[in-house]
Amino acid sequence: MSHGFYILSSSPHTHADASVRRLMLDVIIALLPATLCSVYFFGLPAVWLLATCIGTAVLAETLARLAMKRNSTVGDLSAVLTGLLLALNLPPALHPGLAAAGTAFAVLVAKQVFGGIGYNPFNPALAGRAFLLISFTGPMTTWTKSAWNVSAGACGPETTATPLAFIKKGAEGFDWSQAAFLRDLFFGNVNGCLGEVSAFALLVGAAYLLWRKTITWHIPVAFLGTMYVFALAHGGAPALVHVLSGGAVLGACFMATDYVTSPVSASGKLIFGAGCGLLAMLIRTAPGGSYPEGVSFAILIMNAFTPLIARFTRPRPFGAKK
Amino acid sequence: MMTLPSVFRFPGGIHPADHKDPTAALPVVDLPMPGLLVVSMSQHLGSPAKPLVKTGDHVLRGQPIGERCGLISAAVHSPVCGTVRGVEPRKTASGAWVDAVLIEPDAEQNDSILLAPMPEWAHAAPETLCNRLADAGLCGMGGAGFPTSVKWTPPKDAHCDFIVVNGAECEPWLTSDARTMTERASDVRTGVEIMRRALGGPAVRIAVEDNKPEAIRALEAAFADIGGDVALVVLPVRYPGGSEKHQIYATTGRLVPPGALPIAVGCVVENVSTLVAVADAVVRGIPLTHRVVTVSGDGIAEPKNVRAPIGARYADLAAFCGGTKENVRKVLSGGPMMGFTVPDLEIAVTKTTSGILFFTDRQVFQYTASPCISCGRCVRACPMHLDPMSIARVTEADDIPAAEHLGVMNCIECGACSWSCPAWRDITQLCRRAKNSIRARIAAEKAAQAAARKN
Repeated sequence: MSHGFYILSSSPHTHADASVRRLMLDVIIALLPATLCSVYFFGLPAVWLLATCIGTAVLAETLARLAMKRNSTVGDLSAVLTGLLLALNLPPALHPGLAAAGTAFAVLVAKQVFGGIGYNPFNPALAGRAFLLISFTGPMTTWTKSAWNVSAGACGPETTATPLAFIKKGAEGFDWSQAAFLRDLFFGNVNGCLGEVSAFALLVGAAYLLWRKTITWHIPVAFLGTMYVFALAHGGAPALVHVLSGGAVLGACFMATDYVTSPVSASGKLIFGAGCGLLAMLIRTAPGGSYPEGVSFAILIMNAFTPLIARFTRPRPFGAKK
Repeated sequence: MMTLPSVFRFPGGIHPADHKDPTAALPVVDLPMPGLLVVSMSQHLGSPAKPLVKTGDHVLRGQPIGERCGLISAAVHSPVCGTVRGVEPRKTASGAWVDAVLIEPDAEQNDSILLAPMPEWAHAAPETLCNRLADAGLCGMGGAGFPTSVKWTPPKDAHCDFIVVNGAECEPWLTSDARTMTERASDVRTGVEIMRRALGGPAVRIAVEDNKPEAIRALEAAFADIGGDVALVVLPVRYPGGSEKHQIYATTGRLVPPGALPIAVGCVVENVSTLVAVADAVVRGIPLTHRVVTVSGDGIAEPKNVRAPIGARYADLAAFCGGTKENVRKVLSGGPMMGFTVPDLEIAVTKTTSGILFFTDRQVFQYTASPCISCGRCVRACPMHLDPMSIARVTEADDIPAAEHLGVMNCIECGACSWSCPAWRDITQLCRRAKNSIRARIAAEKAAQAAARKN
């Protein structure tokens, strides 16, 4: 019987089967349906963009850590996720060179400059998208017909407008109740960014994240719920069209729920999600506003409020008086 | 006895694998007489007892060998007849060096000095009962080891409405309380009745987690015809269901304010094994010298529930359980959530040693913490409703006042935050660091005030 010295450590001496890598992997798995849809609808250009963004993200992360003489963090898969998310937020016809530049910005400027995973105040993928949208507005708002070639009405792939651009222009006389249109909107037979077109694929992924307890329901429900209520009150296009169009589902389920840049408490999450939904609708419906879509800016703005929300929604110790 | 549903749900909590199977069904067995006992004078919370014997003395089973030293302290008795081989500092499970009485047991164990049995305890005055507990060296056997006679003497202005009997045993692996409830349910009942007498007849709430059906059945049978307001509350398993504040809330709905003791809301909590020791001390006059220890973990050949004398070294229990395996890396005193690691097997059993766990390299994690990703799992896990990730962050930056502002002093160090952290951060340890800094600062301020008053 060996009576050597045993390891001394502080409690607890057991641990949940959890890791950052596993959490990131879960989000990547949850994005697979939307990723496959993007390839299905947009074909080879989608593959190129996905490969470029993920490859650039991993490369940028590796080089940044090397340059800063820090341990490699590629293994936590957060860079892969940033690349994937950014690609899903790009229009299919974007030049891969621009996609690479946006990804490099996301990983280097929005993430590593602040210290890497855990320290970034803004969602890196959205920061990358905002960088591209402001710097290369033209290419970032040029839409192509998707490979899917069945007509879906005024804003389907037969034209080169997105549903939101169509709404922004007024959409006069359009029959919103057209079943084919709503179906295409739900399943993704419309123009838009790679990953945002199929609400169905995104919701399947979101269900997986909820089942895995990777995310909670608060942010997506508050986000999309606020958009729905706002759209109802605003009139114009039907509320459901607003919720299913553009980056709403992708943003609410996969971008606004980013751990680092969103509040932790349930009440904080509700405030954050509602703020995102409100800002997104304000940008979408602002009279004379130039952006048909506001989801990514809404989330970035709310990212900035996260520390403040956290401060006001801090839990009260168990037993403490109200 | 009534059975009440568990309606009050405390915040947070976690569900670690309970690993109670290896020992849950094993009856308690007695440890064969060890060759030497190392009886620490620090068996309890508070000041160590003062040794009453010296090298060469012969002692009898039940003879006092350490006397109470100050208010928060407890007497220590010899578990065996034997010869004192030394009184010297020895390392305790928590790492401190404290005087211990080394006793070599005699070959014959026929003699004993017991206290007078109190068959008339049902009519005894509360003070008489409390004095007996003090004379018998009782302290809480659930972990903290608070002297029982002190706990059962509420301040003058306080009134006890509820006795909460803690049978949750929420730590994974441990089954000593569960076995004690199963095998000695009638003594638990006697202990409860004595406690009720000592505290002026309050209501009784018995809390057991629902993963102990055998213990629940035994208690139901033993308490079937007890009079008065006594209820069993079966709690759904959730760590830390055995925490004092959480159990009070789960069974009575009362909230203990931050920094206050349970008596502030009219509650006194007592562990089931302690209540069995109370029955022994009062009804039979037997001082507290033995306890049930769960010896388990993948690193031990034959896991057992062992009844061991205080002072038995871990090596003796390990040998009795078939020996340790080659790849043992960690030995724990207590459970895996709040227990201490010990450096070697020379450490001895005390009144609070609920278990000794042998963990192999398969159960010992070597890890490097990565930065916090604010996933909020620790916040959702924290049963005290704190913000562990923020406390950890400010403590890492040595901003102790910020940690205090975040309520770190409420932390019960249950380990739920560290357990759930996907970045494997030592959040609990950072909370301890902040608490220790704050305590040191408060002590320094008090010392400075005292010095100023003198001048």
